[in-house]
Amino acid sequence: MSNTTAPNTKEKKRSGIWSELLIPALAVLSGLILGAIVILVSGENPLVAYGALFEGSFGNPLDLVEGLQVYFATGETKELLRAIYPFTESLVTATPYLFAGLSVALGFRCGLFNIGAEGQFFIGALCSAFVGYSIKGLPMIVHLPLAILAGALGGAVWGMIPGYLKARFGAHEVVNTIMMNWIAFRLSDWLLNGPMKSSGFRPVTPNVMETAELPRFFPDPLRFNLGFFLALLAAYLLYWFLFKTTLGFEVRSVGANPDAAKYAGMNIVRNFVLVMFLAGGLAGLAGTAQVLGVDHWVGQGFSAGYGFDAIALALLGKSHPFGVVLSALLFGFLRSGATDMQSMARIPIDIISIIQGMVIVFIAAPDIIRWLYRIREVKKEEAVLTRGWGS
Amino acid sequence: MTNSNTDIRSSAEKRSRVSFGIALVVAGLAIYLLFGTSTQPGAMTTFGLNLLGSQAAVVPDLVVPALPAIYLLAAISVFTGAYQLARGIRSTGWLVGILTFTFVTAFLMWGAQDKSFNLTGMLQSSLVRATPIALAALCGVISERTAVINIGIEGIMLMSAQAAVVAATVTGNLYVGLIAAILLGGWVAAFHAFLVIRFKVDQTVSSVAINIFGTGATSFISSRFMQAAGDKLNNSGTFPIIAIPGLSKIPVLGPVLFENNLIVYLTILLVVVMHILLYYTPWGLRTRAVGEHPKAADTLGVNVYLTRYVNVILGGMIAGIGGAYFTIGSVGRFDEIMTAGKGFIGLAAMIFGNWNPIGAYTSSLIFGFADSLQVKLQILRVPIPSEFLLMAPYILTMIILTGVVGRAIPPAADGQPYEK
Repeated sequence: MSNTTAPNTKEKKRSGIWSELLIPALAVLSGLILGAIVILVSGENPLVAYGALFEGSFGNPLDLVEGLQVYFATGETKELLRAIYPFTESLVTATPYLFAGLSVALGFRCGLFNIGAEGQFFIGALCSAFVGYSIKGLPMIVHLPLAILAGALGGAVWGMIPGYLKARFGAHEVVNTIMMNWIAFRLSDWLLNGPMKSSGFRPVTPNVMETAELPRFFPDPLRFNLGFFLALLAAYLLYWFLFKTTLGFEVRSVGANPDAAKYAGMNIVRNFVLVMFLAGGLAGLAGTAQVLGVDHWVGQGFSAGYGFDAIALALLGKSHPFGVVLSALLFGFLRSGATDMQSMARIPIDIISIIQGMVIVFIAAPDIIRWLYRIREVKKEEAVLTRGWGS
Repeated sequence: MTNSNTDIRSSAEKRSRVSFGIALVVAGLAIYLLFGTSTQPGAMTTFGLNLLGSQAAVVPDLVVPALPAIYLLAAISVFTGAYQLARGIRSTGWLVGILTFTFVTAFLMWGAQDKSFNLTGMLQSSLVRATPIALAALCGVISERTAVINIGIEGIMLMSAQAAVVAATVTGNLYVGLIAAILLGGWVAAFHAFLVIRFKVDQTVSSVAINIFGTGATSFISSRFMQAAGDKLNNSGTFPIIAIPGLSKIPVLGPVLFENNLIVYLTILLVVVMHILLYYTPWGLRTRAVGEHPKAADTLGVNVYLTRYVNVILGGMIAGIGGAYFTIGSVGRFDEIMTAGKGFIGLAAMIFGNWNPIGAYTSSLIFGFADSLQVKLQILRVPIPSEFLLMAPYILTMIILTGVVGRAIPPAADGQPYEK
């Protein structure tokens, strides 16, 4: 029985993947088209702007060819490194998005809406920075993992508090994570102006020790570092956890139908706390990767917007770890390229937020996309994301 | 069944009674230990009661010997706590009131010893700072009473703030700015309503999209157009202070309540009107029914979808007024991300106020008070980081949400789409 149906289900699965990808792709396309209209209305040429966006995120192909020629002719790497700079920079930008997106995606899988990735990100960054600069004289092999662990743990605890409050008292995690964000901001204001302030005038932490920095693969100014691969590893581990372990099955069951999960003897309280702990840890790692890999210090407004962007890309990636990888790469390239677009085509970087907002709407309301592009509806149950304030 | 129900209720009541009593006793001891022991015996605290440039009759400043006053406040707190433990006071409002009043007053006595502290000025700025929070909270109340969650208030206010200042600067008329803000707020809310009612988009997700879009769009317009144009687009002036004749002459109360601008008065008016509409009119009854049990309401002939559309749009218009406050109501110009989370604090105020207009306004006042107290503390150089005081509203909200101290109960159908 299973033998005869196997090819059939495989085929079905493949077409399923395509139709899964179709809506997000069309949503992104529609977002970009609306963005082009906004650029047009503001009096610039969208083609020029998107050209600059492309060059800013992938680099100029001609430069790359030239760099390779120079490299093979003389062994000089300077040109080549300059050519791949935009591309690596996009991957650097994508790294915190990846971690933060995984955090929100994990929450969604358990029916929890983690708006607190922003605060967890900030706390994680502060914790890893603290371990990074305050402990001296350790070898890298001890210091770096310790700093990473501190960041993950800081974020995890920050995330676990709303998780516990939800599980124990039924306090809605959306409000509590928002509150935790603001508490994190105020706390960091205090820390950066007081206990954690470096000796200068600006409210920033001291630089972390070299032994706590994530190793970079290329000479300066290329900032591409180990953090990106750690993020990919985290995505794979999350996939494995969610889809290959009993605990992951429980998490998804609680997300799909808490009443049924409870009836089946699953421990809702434990799942909520565990998921928020892990989600907080992932968001904390996002901040950690940014501090230890890129900035090496933390300042005010460090986490600006990551939390909300993470929600967008978790939705875009349909809360699947691999989907999140794709959407984080997309956002990384968009954000990184937009910096160039701003300087070359005079289009403010905020256009990306406008596009993101529209993409979320399209993803959340696939009916609009289906209507716009005349796609027949595939009957499927949609994942429940949140359930009011109450339970 | 009924028996076990009452058992649960009485045990919950008992728990709440005991925790309140303990809280009050602890607060009293804390007042004594924290403030009493570190206050100079002869120190006097001066509370300024006159506001510079106000029309109110001048009264002498209030000079209080700090130490005896702190001892008195500690005693009141401990005594109330003990009474609560022994006998129990029914009213949660009174208990919270006594707790905050004794602690905050003692704190001020201690912080401002041998210094002068303008009480009237602080109360006045509390009311002003509470205004945008209250408008955001009212927006939340009116739409969540029909079970539509809107956490996009922040985005709506940001967009309205910008629309208000641009419209007012271009036309040279502040009222046009206000109307523009209200209309834009209504439109954005209508879009939210359309998504969540027509397409059954998750309400929180749709709101998040509004927030992201609002932040992006306003920053885009600001850096693309407004910065280059300078004062031509972004200098509107603000609504003038209107002193209410007669009433503004009253000392202390006059400058606090009766010398404000249009938006502050409008907010107070809205609170009263909304309270009456919600609890004393057929419209209010329908609204609440749709929020509690849409199916029952539908069966009785209430148009659930229409009610939700109307309320969410009205809420957006109120948030629009809140947005207008930021620009044409206070500074006369737009800066990127100037709402700074007030929309989210408004949500906290709504929950804190148990989803009713007067409660929401009262809690907005508390948040506004904490906000202005924090500014005053920086001036007084009190050795407590002002950031911790700014955290207080958020922590309070989280405590309230746990339900240990008086439970907040949302409308029963809150956040659920309705299908016929």
